[in-house]
Amino acid sequence: MPMTKWRVARLVKVRDENPTARTLVFDVPGWPGHVAGQHVDVRLTAEDGYTARRSYSLAAPEGVELTVQRVEDGEVSPYLTQDMEPGDELELRGPVGGWFVWRPDGTTPVLLVAGGAGIVPLMAMIRARRAAGSGAPFRLVYALRSPGQLYYADELLSPDPGVAVTLAYTRSAPEGHARPPGRLTAADLGPYGEADCYVCGPTGFVEAAATLLVELGHDPARIKTERFGPTGE
Amino acid sequence: MTTFTRGFRGRRRGGDDRLPPGQYLTEDFPVLSAGPTPDVPPDRWEFAIHTETGQAHRWTWQELMALPYETPTVDIHCVTTWSKLDTTWQGVSLDVLFEDVETAAEYALVHSYGGYTTNLPLEDLLDGKAWIAYRYEGEELAPVHGGPARLLVPHLYFWKSAKWVRGIRLLTEDWPGFWETAGYHNYGDPWREQRYADD
Amino acid sequence: MSADYLDGNALAGPLAEIFATDVSAAVGRCASCGLTGPVASLRVYSRAPGLVARCPGCEEVVLRLVRSPDAAWLDLRGAVCLRIPLGGP
Repeated sequence: MPMTKWRVARLVKVRDENPTARTLVFDVPGWPGHVAGQHVDVRLTAEDGYTARRSYSLAAPEGVELTVQRVEDGEVSPYLTQDMEPGDELELRGPVGGWFVWRPDGTTPVLLVAGGAGIVPLMAMIRARRAAGSGAPFRLVYALRSPGQLYYADELLSPDPGVAVTLAYTRSAPEGHARPPGRLTAADLGPYGEADCYVCGPTGFVEAAATLLVELGHDPARIKTERFGPTGE
Repeated sequence: MTTFTRGFRGRRRGGDDRLPPGQYLTEDFPVLSAGPTPDVPPDRWEFAIHTETGQAHRWTWQELMALPYETPTVDIHCVTTWSKLDTTWQGVSLDVLFEDVETAAEYALVHSYGGYTTNLPLEDLLDGKAWIAYRYEGEELAPVHGGPARLLVPHLYFWKSAKWVRGIRLLTEDWPGFWETAGYHNYGDPWREQRYADD
Repeated sequence: MSADYLDGNALAGPLAEIFATDVSAAVGRCASCGLTGPVASLRVYSRAPGLVARCPGCEEVVLRLVRSPDAAWLDLRGAVCLRIPLGGP
């Protein structure tokens, strides 16, 4: 079965998203393709044979693109965000996960809720919508601590037609930002009609956001969640 | 063929003769848990030893606190490959708790609030090798680390040191616990690197 | 602090090594409380010697997976049955 196979991935390009997050683009011969929202398992092997494994969401609908947040004192993310250079190789397995995915074949409205680095698989969905020319109405609510934490600034500050983006800064907002800094509230998420909801972020954030969505009347069966960490590092 | 990742080193490993094979040194105290942290207020806490003949010996929190305690300084080794040196604890030696327990059993099954279990030979709990610990580094043992009280058996991998300990059942036949029935080694000696069932 | 778990999605990779199809989208029934839902909705405790997936309704263990360098141990006793989507003809 192809998805269980470890493949060699060669880094071809890096792009800094902000001071602590970097997007890595890999060339993976034989990559079978994937659906927006899926993730990969990554394996790094040191010269002495020591290996470390991590899971990362795919950031784009085509090609193997990962965005990694650097965790201070982490074992893998400092290497990926600071030391790895184009031409270097690691191993990668996937794509995996057939649940937290969006396929660009419907017109159902979609509500995406991201907490911090949880934006990554949701960005893959926004990009898949664009690539497919889909007209499904999208709304993204992206909670982040401060402007310096923003990922994908170019695309999210001037979003595609049909994609509404709300940036919910929790600690400090840029000057002139209408919403005062503070935790995510029901007012950030609604009102919004019936939608397929995707929530991704740290466990506590996902818990809180999913509860707000249910309180706003969303059908729990249509709320898909993806919690990450503590295995993130 | 192995693909090496140039420049990747990973965590510092080995290099210290107090580190068992395959372990790396950590300064912090990682929280490992197979489930949610149970809320056990000391006034509802109870610890019991059940013998193979059906006798039960019970202690309330107050009774445990009234027993003589020790303050061991030990190295701990987690099967997920971290080790932490010179950790300091306060707790009651199991020798004290077993003083009036009459048993011919050779095996112990430790059980916890929250449903966790782990097994070990009874002799590994006795002769100064194990404690019911309720303070860590001078502080009350935090719930995420097993508070109000956990078993401390530092000569075995740390999954044997059951958090939120509730009791010990003495058995004439070995009964594998939570991880021991799911691929982990039945004994778990870090110095012989007994991680998995077939090691 | 007790919410230190992931979603069942986190099982997709490790289980892909064992099953020939994606099991995270499979629907199962909790043997303890009867709650029915996708594997992806389980609560996965991954900061542990293995992966422990618990029912989001009753917190009982539904699935355990331990991986050593050369073997996997899979315990599914907490799941009554799994309906695994295989795609039509």
